[in-house]
Amino acid sequence: MTKQNTQPVRLYLPGAILGYKRGLRNQYNHTSLIKIKGCDSKEDAQFYLGKRIAYITKASSGKNGSKFRVNWGKVCRSHGSNGVVKCKFSRDLPPQSIGGRVRVMLYPSHI
Amino acid sequence: MVGVRVLGITGPKKAAKAAPATGKSARYYPADDIPRPKHSRAKKHNAPKVRASITPGTVCILLSGRFRGKRVVCLKSLESGLLLVSGPYKVNGVPLRRVNQRYVIATSTKLDVSKVDVSKINDAYFARVESANKEGEEEFFANDAPKPAIVSDQRKADQKTVDAALMKVVESTPLLKNYLGSNFSLKKHDRPHKMVF
Repeated sequence: MTKQNTQPVRLYLPGAILGYKRGLRNQYNHTSLIKIKGCDSKEDAQFYLGKRIAYITKASSGKNGSKFRVNWGKVCRSHGSNGVVKCKFSRDLPPQSIGGRVRVMLYPSHI
Repeated sequence: MVGVRVLGITGPKKAAKAAPATGKSARYYPADDIPRPKHSRAKKHNAPKVRASITPGTVCILLSGRFRGKRVVCLKSLESGLLLVSGPYKVNGVPLRRVNQRYVIATSTKLDVSKVDVSKINDAYFARVESANKEGEEEFFANDAPKPAIVSDQRKADQKTVDAALMKVVESTPLLKNYLGSNFSLKKHDRPHKMVF
């Protein structure tokens, strides 16, 4: 679709996987903590609630014509006051994903 | 009951009609149970409300799909709650299309689309049509290149008439054509939560 002379369109924000939701001694793998780039306060985080997140991995074998696999999730709520958000994925994120990247999409949109 | 005519036996419809008029019970009683659809408590889902920022004439940014990043003009909302948009096709290649409002950013740019007639375009207009020359088993295994999708002449004609009216508005506003022709994309330090669209 995209022609070579057009600029690539990016409609997502990068997010960093910080780890799982946890207490002092226990961690709860069903929820991951994600830092969205440029989102630095609890108020900023409100914009991203409900937004879809894609955790993309590259696999050695192709499936459905693509070697990339996507684990979709969504932003559930904010975490703390520094703009970190709690996210749930259709499959819990694997431990090796910690420190990795996700894509925070701009949809579902409410603007 | 071919050939034999039994007096006094009527069809189920006639019997049902006669029963309340005469006060007598119907003379017809079906011997076999007729399966009736189960009573369903499922609620009928109404179409979602289109949010206030989207009105006919609003320029919207598409967020996903093949036309992501394109700026398009919203023409109206359909009965299903989907938005009817057009590029216009000539400007950015987006045809008359339905989109979900959740996959759209509404901008503050508004056009006057009162002159654009889209009254005959509804959800049924976009229904899929079974192609007449469906490929058979042999053709399926023939492994030839997939045939390109054919756009019907009707669609092409409608696109032309709608765009003709729309282009008049677009061209009368300075820079609007360039604006619609450009893509929206996030740059390195963009913060969507701080943006005013």
